[in-house]
Amino acid sequence: MSHRVRVNPIACEAHGMCAELLPERITLDEWGYPVIDDTPLAGAEVEHAIRAARACPTFALLVERDRDPARR
Amino acid sequence: MSALPATTPFGDGTSKPQTPSLPRLLAGIPAEGAMTLEEHLAEHGAPPLQLGQGRRSDRDRAERLIDEIDAAGLLGRGGAAFPTATKMRAVARSRGRAIVLANAAEGEPASLKDRTLLEALPHLVLDGGMLAAQAVGADELVICVCESFGAGSQSLGEALQERAETADYAEFDRLARVRLTTVPGHYVAGQETALINHAGGGPAKPLFTPPMPFEQGLRRRPTLVNNAETLAHIALIARHGAAWFRQLGTPTQPGSALVTLSGPVAHPGVYEIEHGASLSSLIEAGGGTTAGLRGALIGGYSGAWIGAERLRGIALSNEYLAAHGAALGAGVVLLLSDEACPVAETARLARWLSGQSTRQCGPCVHGLDALATAIEQIAGGDGGGRAAQRVERLASLVLGRGACRHPDGTVNVLLSAVEAFPAEFADHGRRGPCDRCAGAQELPLPRRPLPPDPARRARVRLGAQR
Repeated sequence: MSHRVRVNPIACEAHGMCAELLPERITLDEWGYPVIDDTPLAGAEVEHAIRAARACPTFALLVERDRDPARR
Repeated sequence: MSALPATTPFGDGTSKPQTPSLPRLLAGIPAEGAMTLEEHLAEHGAPPLQLGQGRRSDRDRAERLIDEIDAAGLLGRGGAAFPTATKMRAVARSRGRAIVLANAAEGEPASLKDRTLLEALPHLVLDGGMLAAQAVGADELVICVCESFGAGSQSLGEALQERAETADYAEFDRLARVRLTTVPGHYVAGQETALINHAGGGPAKPLFTPPMPFEQGLRRRPTLVNNAETLAHIALIARHGAAWFRQLGTPTQPGSALVTLSGPVAHPGVYEIEHGASLSSLIEAGGGTTAGLRGALIGGYSGAWIGAERLRGIALSNEYLAAHGAALGAGVVLLLSDEACPVAETARLARWLSGQSTRQCGPCVHGLDALATAIEQIAGGDGGGRAAQRVERLASLVLGRGACRHPDGTVNVLLSAVEAFPAEFADHGRRGPCDRCAGAQELPLPRRPLPPDPARRARVRLGAQR
């Protein structure tokens, strides 16, 4: 089972905490919104990702277990 | 796959023998007003009564319609061309009583097919909606119509009245309550989660998924959202079967389709074509062109442009159009005359699509605005090469980063314009506006303000209450 980082773009308000806490996965675009590398997280990264998700002021960052990839 | 067994005398053997010919959906369409129930029955025969709710044997029988739709290969007609049976099965298998939403919001400014269906052929859409409801075990059919479209709401109301007064139809319609809801006219209002959001009392703006509508949609119930034309096809597949449906169309895109032809043709309007029909046969059906052509926009405002030099020999099916980066989408075929400037039109379209963002997702709000600005700069000859690079960069930055596909569709249509009209874009970037830039504007870009939040709308309850 693998984990991936995803953002809820409706909830995201570009606080940018995620890019501070998970720079190996998240950069910010020119408007401050996260651009995410959503390939599966390596073992140790999962914990970092969860910490970043907890720090998001709007709970917009999600660490998800793999779902059926066919679903959008 | 065998034809559907008729389960009651209603709809048993009353269908006319069918030959592979057109029109199907538009057969017998009245010159004005709506087809009456009597005319509808004379044209198509009665629908097979499926029965649905409760007992397992009934449900099995109802689900045979899904198998038939599967065998027919019906693809959704709202734009995404998703297999209808797959969606129906997912809803039928989800926990809880399902709801069916008939999507006739038709936010596409260049599409008229759904309002044509509702206004002129309401019984076809209602039959399909009821059959879909029975197949997935739904007890509610919500019909979503654009608020600007009074005639459709009126003919639907009258059609429901006629059905309630006809014993067989009252029985057929008994299993699902029908509700009509009007939807704001902005472009994204017909996106399926926006529709669910709105029908549930929220704004007509997309929701973050999952949960997907088929698992948790309206009032957290499994929800089947089907385009009005998709439902109309279901009404005929239930009557005549999968083999009949496949007598027209291509193997991967069977059946007929409604297309809205507009631009410089003698008779713009809604036409029914066989998938794979040539563009030239459609134009011929529309009375021929009234001006030279610069190109065509296929699919809708999130579709793709094809330049005039590549239009010859175009076939209207997705397997053919894919080679041109296009798809039939919502059936829009908009011709651009050679009097128009494709760069100026693209700049107008970019600004309009940016304005149709529901302003929920940062990358869409800022990205589409920046894209429109870059294209306006090219059109104005301001910073040519750099602006062109910025369009490319913004396009890849925005793709896939909204809750819905509005940013993706916008990127696709704008990039397709740059690709279809390379000389024109390069020329404008270097020299600025051309002679035609200030001429007539051809793309219809109606004022479609976003609704206040929460959305203001009217709701009407229709039909028999359970």
